[in-house]
This record gives sequence, C-alpha cells and structure tokens, in this order.
Amino acid sequence: MLETPVLDEIKSPNSMAPLPATIRRIIWETDDTYTLLIDAPRLDGKEFPFRPGQFNMVYAFGIGESAISISSDPSKSNLLAHTIHRVGTVTSALSKLKRGDMIGLRGPFGTAWPIEEAVGKDVCIAAGGIGLAPLRPVIYTLIRRRSEFGRIIILYGARSPLDLLYRVELEQWSKVPNTEVITTVDRGDSSWKGHIGVVTGLFSYVKLDTPSTIAMVCGPEVMMKYTFEELERRGVSQEHIFISMERNMKCGVGLCGHCQFGPKFICKDGPVFRLPQIRHLIEKKEI
Amino acid sequence: MNLFLVNPKSDFTMDNSFRIDQENLQHLFTTLQKRGYETVGPTLADEAIVYDTIASVEDLPVGWTDEVGPGKYRVANGGGLSSFGYTLSPQSWKRFLYPPTRKLFSAKKNGKSFELTQENDGEKKHAFIGVRPCELSAILIQDRVFSSGEYHDDNYLALRRNAFIVAVNCSQAGDNCFCVSMKTGPAAKDGYDIALTEVVDGDNHYYVAASGTEKGREILTEIGAATASGNEIAEAENVVRRTTAEIGKSLDTRGLPKLLAENLEHARWDDVAKRCLTCGNCTMVCPTCFCSTVEDTTDLSGQTAGRSRRWDSCFTMDFAKVSGGNFRTSAKSRYRQWLTHKLSSWVEQFGISGCVGCGRCITWCPVGIDLTAEVKAIRGTKVKQEKGG
Repeated sequence: MLETPVLDEIKSPNSMAPLPATIRRIIWETDDTYTLLIDAPRLDGKEFPFRPGQFNMVYAFGIGESAISISSDPSKSNLLAHTIHRVGTVTSALSKLKRGDMIGLRGPFGTAWPIEEAVGKDVCIAAGGIGLAPLRPVIYTLIRRRSEFGRIIILYGARSPLDLLYRVELEQWSKVPNTEVITTVDRGDSSWKGHIGVVTGLFSYVKLDTPSTIAMVCGPEVMMKYTFEELERRGVSQEHIFISMERNMKCGVGLCGHCQFGPKFICKDGPVFRLPQIRHLIEKKEI
Repeated sequence: MNLFLVNPKSDFTMDNSFRIDQENLQHLFTTLQKRGYETVGPTLADEAIVYDTIASVEDLPVGWTDEVGPGKYRVANGGGLSSFGYTLSPQSWKRFLYPPTRKLFSAKKNGKSFELTQENDGEKKHAFIGVRPCELSAILIQDRVFSSGEYHDDNYLALRRNAFIVAVNCSQAGDNCFCVSMKTGPAAKDGYDIALTEVVDGDNHYYVAASGTEKGREILTEIGAATASGNEIAEAENVVRRTTAEIGKSLDTRGLPKLLAENLEHARWDDVAKRCLTCGNCTMVCPTCFCSTVEDTTDLSGQTAGRSRRWDSCFTMDFAKVSGGNFRTSAKSRYRQWLTHKLSSWVEQFGISGCVGCGRCITWCPVGIDLTAEVKAIRGTKVKQEKGG
C-alpha cells in the first residue's frame, strides 16, 4: 500500500540555487575546448568536496546552465576545474569569461568512479575526446596514491593531434612508475608519429591482467560500446567495467525527468554506472 | 511487494461515518476559508468542468455531467441535484501543487558576484474539494516523486503540507476510467482529510462523510455533521459498488513492468508512432507526469537575471537533445519513453506504477490513442514469455 510520506520530517538540501564562484583562469586546451579554473565556492560554510566523476551544473549568468564534469584534483577542493567543449549557447558564453568574472555552480551531483574498489587492482582508463575530462580526477588520485594500485593503463583517442587534451600532463603521467599512456588520433598530421585509429585499436598494444583489472571508460556512446565489448572479449568482467553517461539535464537532481535512460536517472543514478546496470539499454536505439 | 495501489473494494465499509447535507457543505467552505484556505473545487467554465477557486456551493456544477471517449469530452446538463455528478475535470490538481510555470529565482549582479532571491509560494493554503480517488492516488505518487530522492522539490512539499483534501468518491464511471485495474478507486482509501460520498435518492440529497485525519474530524464536527444512519451508510456503499460495476475499461497489470521492459523493440511501437502526433497532451493532463524544463532570462542591462520552470513533455522534439545530438528523434521512441516510464520504469524508480487509471490521456489524445489497447496489443504478441512478475 502507498503511504503518505511524513511530509513534515523531510528536510531538503537547497539544490536549486547556484552559488556564485569566481574564475581564476581560463586555459584553452584546443581550438574549441577550454578549462575553467574556479575558486571553489563554500558549500554551507564548508569546503566544496567532490568525488572523481561527479559534475556541477555550471551557470552562465542570465544565459543558462550546463552539466559539466569536474576535471580537477579532488584533493585540492579550493580550486575546481571544468573542461568544456564550446558547442552551445551556455558553453559559448562561458568561453568568453575572463579571470575575475563570476559564474554560478550547483553541485557536486551524481555518482563517482570506483576508486576504492580499484585498490590493489590494475586500472585501465579508456577515454575518447572530452571523455578524458571526467577521468582526470581519477588519474590524479591514482597517481597521488600510486602504491595502492597495480598498473595504470591510460588509452586515449581524439580526432586529431591538436584535439588531444592535457598534452603536457599526458607526457608527465607516462613517466609515473608502472603507468602506460597510449594515445591515438582519427586523423594524423605531418608531425604525428603516434597511432592512428580508434581507441579500441590500442588494446592490441597492452596485455591486460584481466582478473585484476578495473576499467573506467568515458567518451562518445559508440566509443564506449566498442570499448566495453573489447574489454569483455579480453576477459574483463562486466562487473569491473564502469562507464560515464551523458544525457540532457535541467535540474541535475532527479526531478526534471530529462536525463532518464530507461529506469535510470543519469544525474542521480549516474553518470558513472557499473556496466551491467545499463548494458541492456545501451544496446537499444533511442532509449 | 504490491506495485500497485491497494484499495479493498470487497470489504469496503463506511463505519463511523457522518452525514452532511448541502448546508453543511456550505459550512465546510466557509469554515475552511475562515481557517485561511483558498477553496478550490469543480465548477463549470468554457464548456468543461474545471478545478478552480470557488467561493461556495453555488459555484459547484450542480446537475452537470461529462461524457468522454477516446479523443472526446463533452459536458451535459442532465438536471438533478448532484454537485459531483461528473467524473473528472480535464486538468488534475497537479497544477495547484506543482504549478505549470513557476519562477525559481531572480539574481542580481553585485560587483563580481551575484545575489540570489529564491521564489517560494509555499505559504499558500489550498483546500481541494472534490478530489477523486484516482487523483488522490496521483497526489500520493507525486509526493514520492518529489520527496523520495536525496533532493526534494521544496515548493511542492510546502504546498502539499498545507493542502486540505476533501475527496469525493465516484458516483459515475467515465468510459475511459480504469481505476479498478490500477486499484486506485472508485473509493478513496487513504490520504484524505475528509472523504465524501454523494447520495441522491429522489429528493433526498446528502453526503456520507468520513474523516481521514484529526483535522478532518475536527472540521466535520465544526460544520455540524450528524452521525450517519445505517441506511445512509448502506446507500453510500451502494453508490461505490454501483460505480465499481460500471467501470468497463481495464488494464491487465500482471507482470506489466517486466512485459514492457522486455518488449522495447516490439512492432507495436512503430504502429502507435504512425498514429501519435507527439503533441504531448497526454503528459499535460496526466496527474502524475512531472517533467519540467527551465528558462533563463536576463534584463537588457544584463544586471538582473531570472530562472523559471515550466512543465515539459517527453514528447517534445528537444526533450532529450544534447549539444552533440538528440537521443530521441523518432515519434516511436518518444511514445515508448512515455508509456514505458508510466507503466514500467516508474515502478523501479518510485516503487509504484505512474498510472492511476484516470483515463485522461485517452480522453485528450486528439487521435484517441488508448494506452490500455496498446498494452493489450503488446501483451498479445510479446517477444518473450514473462516469468511471473
């Protein structure tokens, strides 16, 4: 039987009001992608703690909001980073801001990558395009706690060499002990000496110790689909594969209905999912 | 766990009920108004019976009834004494607890920062007079939608907390009603302050009233309700029994969430997509649909900004649009989203079906699509055998 909730006992955190935050710096990563470094707002008088994989609703004053993953180091919660692809009205407006300008933030929302579950295991990170941004907080965390994990394998693909994000950091990460960074591009240029082709092609260059590998995958849906199929072919259990999903979001907190993916709300049940939670839905069209 | 509402009709009784007449009902209006409630109830407007602010029993649609069918709604005056002799208003009570448009905040630039003022109309006190049992179930369902997660809709909850509910059991079954299948009616079981059953027996016109809360009981006493006689209670129970028997439409809910989840590629979705205009009427009249979108605005100086929320529909083209593409461009995918959400994924999300069997989506579909017929077609030629459910 459906009972009336005890309405008087419900205490709601205020989730709908953007908090003002100040931009410290804008870094152009590529021609159309930039990172906002933001002085984190205080949340109920406390620091702004987030977990890798979570997102904020980023507000361009008077223009609107976009759901954007947090791409900074969670151990430095006073400085937030959002790496943003300039494609729509909000992301264009945000791209025009300068140091000292103000934005609004609501968050952090959503589920996180399984860092603790990965302790003692190899971690395979596979990213396509801007999909590396929500995984960067994971990479920072793994490196900071390097001894707690096995091998770190970072496979990253972009459209072209100039579309690769965080190029300096990719270089630095490749020098971390027991860490492999392999990149690929769809189209090379005259200076490119690396791999050409899709991310899944990179699996032939690594040997996964599959029983002890946790995979975290983020990129376009078709890239994630081919990647988890490749991981499964190589013996990684579905239970050890995590993906981060994107959908239209208006509220970010499970109330507006836009981000539904079958029974899941991407904003609150995701964006990070353990593959078996949503695998049956990904394989269907237009869910 | 029973995923659908439970409303026992076999052992339905109105023991310990009160009797009120039209004069007491008028007292109910004035008593509620004296206590600060805005009295909202059915009234005739624009050739429909609508729920609106009404001052007294004079405003009730006495003698009026409604006739519905797939894509059809008409009102008719059949005469008689009934104040609640119709079935349903086109719009549910949702619009009062969850307003179709609402200002969320205004923000004013203040140097390099901004100050936010949140709007809140949670102080309003509504008394809803004439809530049908299926509509009451819809309110209880929206209570869950807006309060079961980590984040809540504070404005809804404030309005809901302040609402006083006078349910009126159904004395007429509409042709699109299937509340019996959904176990939500035609008698109210839970969630009301006062529940009335209207009895018209020749010139004898009265209501049998039950209180569901302490406040309801107090108000019934205040308006001079008398103890109902055994005969009066029996007459009221007959009204409910007769209505139950009149309900002709049904929806087989056995294993329904699983049935739909396993038939996302069923050919019927293509078939219904050929008929569906994706107008979104069904979502607007549905008493449980809760999707919304927001609109940001700014003044010419750019110093003051605002955000308002309005009802949205999963049938709109840009509902699932992101900057890189649109996840549901086809009519098929949008109809499927609506129906599978309502009858299947809603259960996983909120532990209950999102359909209360009011039939409004059938009445207000311009091409008369009937969800019970769509489900029947899918069940008739399902891809997989369901195992229990």
